[in-house]
Amino acid sequence: MKKQIPLIVTFITALIIAVQYFCPALSFLQERLTYYVIVVSIFAYLLGIFNLVSVHINRISRERKAIFFSVPLLIGLATMLILGIGWGIGDETTFNWFFNNMQVPMSAAMFSLLAFFVASAAYRAFRAHNTQAALLLIAAVIVMLGRVPIGSVGFLSYLRLDAIADWIMTYPNMAGQRAIMIGAALGVVATSLRIMLGIERAYMGED
Amino acid sequence: MGFIEKLEAIDRRIIFVLIALAVIIPLILPIGLPQRVTPPVKNSYDFIENLPKGSNILISADYDPSTLPEIQPMAEAMIYHCFQKGHKVILMAHWAQGVILSEEAVNAVQDDFDIEYGKDYINLGYKAGRTAVVLAMGSNIPETFPTDTYGDPIEDFPIMDGVKNFEDIDLLISLSAGDPGIPMWVMIAQSRFGQDMIGGCTAVSAPQFYPYLQSGQLIGLLGGMKGAAEYETLVKRMGTATSGMDAQSIAHLVIIIFIIIANITYFVLRKGEKEI
Repeated sequence: MKKQIPLIVTFITALIIAVQYFCPALSFLQERLTYYVIVVSIFAYLLGIFNLVSVHINRISRERKAIFFSVPLLIGLATMLILGIGWGIGDETTFNWFFNNMQVPMSAAMFSLLAFFVASAAYRAFRAHNTQAALLLIAAVIVMLGRVPIGSVGFLSYLRLDAIADWIMTYPNMAGQRAIMIGAALGVVATSLRIMLGIERAYMGED
Repeated sequence: MGFIEKLEAIDRRIIFVLIALAVIIPLILPIGLPQRVTPPVKNSYDFIENLPKGSNILISADYDPSTLPEIQPMAEAMIYHCFQKGHKVILMAHWAQGVILSEEAVNAVQDDFDIEYGKDYINLGYKAGRTAVVLAMGSNIPETFPTDTYGDPIEDFPIMDGVKNFEDIDLLISLSAGDPGIPMWVMIAQSRFGQDMIGGCTAVSAPQFYPYLQSGQLIGLLGGMKGAAEYETLVKRMGTATSGMDAQSIAHLVIIIFIIIANITYFVLRKGEKEI
């Protein structure tokens, strides 16, 4: 029963969601179910917080090095929770100040490091080893130049790199992306059916 | 070790320094390169431009501070355009941090207009549940978001009068840095409920949304800082994206020069190996 009940719930829920798409009279069931999902999602956040706290407290008790990473994480979590719940998240709040002056610059700094690694990786790895690599290289250079203003100034403007870049994005790129999308969608349908029919049980902790 | 070998094994710190200079110098000394507006951005602008005054525009801030340099200028330029045309802006977020960022975008432009919270714009805030939230909004927005982000009941705000579901939303804009974002909105709000939709995303993810443009599921698309800069050009409000494009142009140029040098050294060394 421990396994059968979740399987039955999954099957019935999936069936309702699938059938109501073709039968609008049953859409009230889907509406109810979607509200349940929202409520469950909120509890998942609480579970996430408890899990995070538990993992890092265990780490602090086991490893001395963890003090440098886990303690600031827990202090940050507690600080933002207390500030947000206690004094709100409005414009002039301390929560907002911490967000704008700590999280925003730190997150932006992390993402901006990508520019340096991309440049370094391009230098080391972007080589025209064979025909396919050469084609990729040429397309990348055209798109990189054609998508920025400098690609349309001076002698580069005669090459119409912007128009070629637009063409690459609109035709070869779109065809490739569409193929990936269709493949992924078919995979989603197949996986959904496997979950609905109880063949795929990874969500219950089974392999 | 010859010059070519040295060039091949160049210290990565030299590359880092050159990239840093390529970004910093144009930011300090702007070049003012001309901005060409691409059709996906122009289509977005034209759609908002041609909506009747007072249209309801739902903007979903599905991003966080890591993508702020690319997406925040889009948010500011599009919100500016909406207020300029007298549209009503309903903000929400599928990413918790997007709530504050969308509020900041309004703060950045509101001094240019006589606008009031609850009448001209509202922030519904963040709601966990991803696709379930979009599905629920398709049925009933006030039931999905009974309060705004500050906890006040949304029926207290005149902007929400007559807004029940997607039928009352004239345009949806998803400013997306990943998942949940544009694909989820397209799959449910657009495909199922027929919602008119515009997307804004990071440059790296823009190519994957071109099929939506071609199929007409997206009216327009703003890709990365360039998309934001193009929109700033159209609304005639120069912001951080326009100034950032000079830096991005030079950085692209430097990376291309690196690629060309790397390939020259590769072929010279390979030719040398063959001769031996």
